[in-house]
Amino acid sequence: MATVSTQIGLIVASILFMLGLVGLLVRRNIIFSLMSIEVMLNASGLAFITAGARWGQPDGQIMFLFILAVAAAEVSVGLALVLALYHQNRSLDVDEASRMRG
Amino acid sequence: MNVVFYLSAAVAIASTAMVITRTNALHALLYLVISFLAVSLIFYTLGAPFIAALEVIVYAGAIMVLFIFVIMLLNIGPQTVETERRWLRSSGWAGPVTLSLILLAELIYVIAARGTAASTAPQALIDPRQVGTTLFTTYLIGVELASTLLLTALIGAYHLGQARRELDRTRREREVKFREDAVRAGEPEAAPGELETEKEG
Repeated sequence: MATVSTQIGLIVASILFMLGLVGLLVRRNIIFSLMSIEVMLNASGLAFITAGARWGQPDGQIMFLFILAVAAAEVSVGLALVLALYHQNRSLDVDEASRMRG
Repeated sequence: MNVVFYLSAAVAIASTAMVITRTNALHALLYLVISFLAVSLIFYTLGAPFIAALEVIVYAGAIMVLFIFVIMLLNIGPQTVETERRWLRSSGWAGPVTLSLILLAELIYVIAARGTAASTAPQALIDPRQVGTTLFTTYLIGVELASTLLLTALIGAYHLGQARRELDRTRREREVKFREDAVRAGEPEAAPGELETEKEG
């Protein structure tokens, strides 16, 4: 059977990570920033799975589980912050938050 | 299996590129779901069926639904009907439908090929039993840390959701206290004006 090479898997993971990074740098909408962070977390998970498949060990999959937990925590807090920020500024522009004062 | 991998990698990259270039947040989310489904298929071809299932359930299911809820909560206004009408045009859903049809074709191919030849099984399958055993022996402290993190996130999200109401309440309490102080100080004509400015601010 033809196996997928580790190289290709890592290349796909890095392309996805790069796309997420570009999205994070280019977009100013806070929702899009959060989505880009999701894409980046997912890409790093893909890299872990690829490496785990290369060595035939379950450790890569376990790292993905932890990434999943981190992503879920980050998204719940991030979206709650988005809602609070939107109620305060009536805008999803991240630059609005620079005028925030304690 | 190689074809499935390359095709789903192409779909994942294409839909992720669409995510970061959309102007409509919901369209971007649609593409993001497609991207996660494609990555899940990649996980399957890499021999991680358990993680593939989790990717679909947690990422494409739970987290994306959370995103959609928040966007729906923010998207309130008189232009909603017009927006709905625009969403029903084919230009909005043609791209995601095409990409997900490719994924469906791959899925059917994988299921059909599995019945005929054993050689199409994913490379070096690591089954959920192996993952679970390692997770709850070697990485037990990690599981505890992850559960603590999730609990912290739960409390944090609850507090942030609560924050606005709390702010209003403290402001009202301060107002009442201010009024009482003004009455006690014996300045009946100064109190109402200052109260109004307090309300505006």
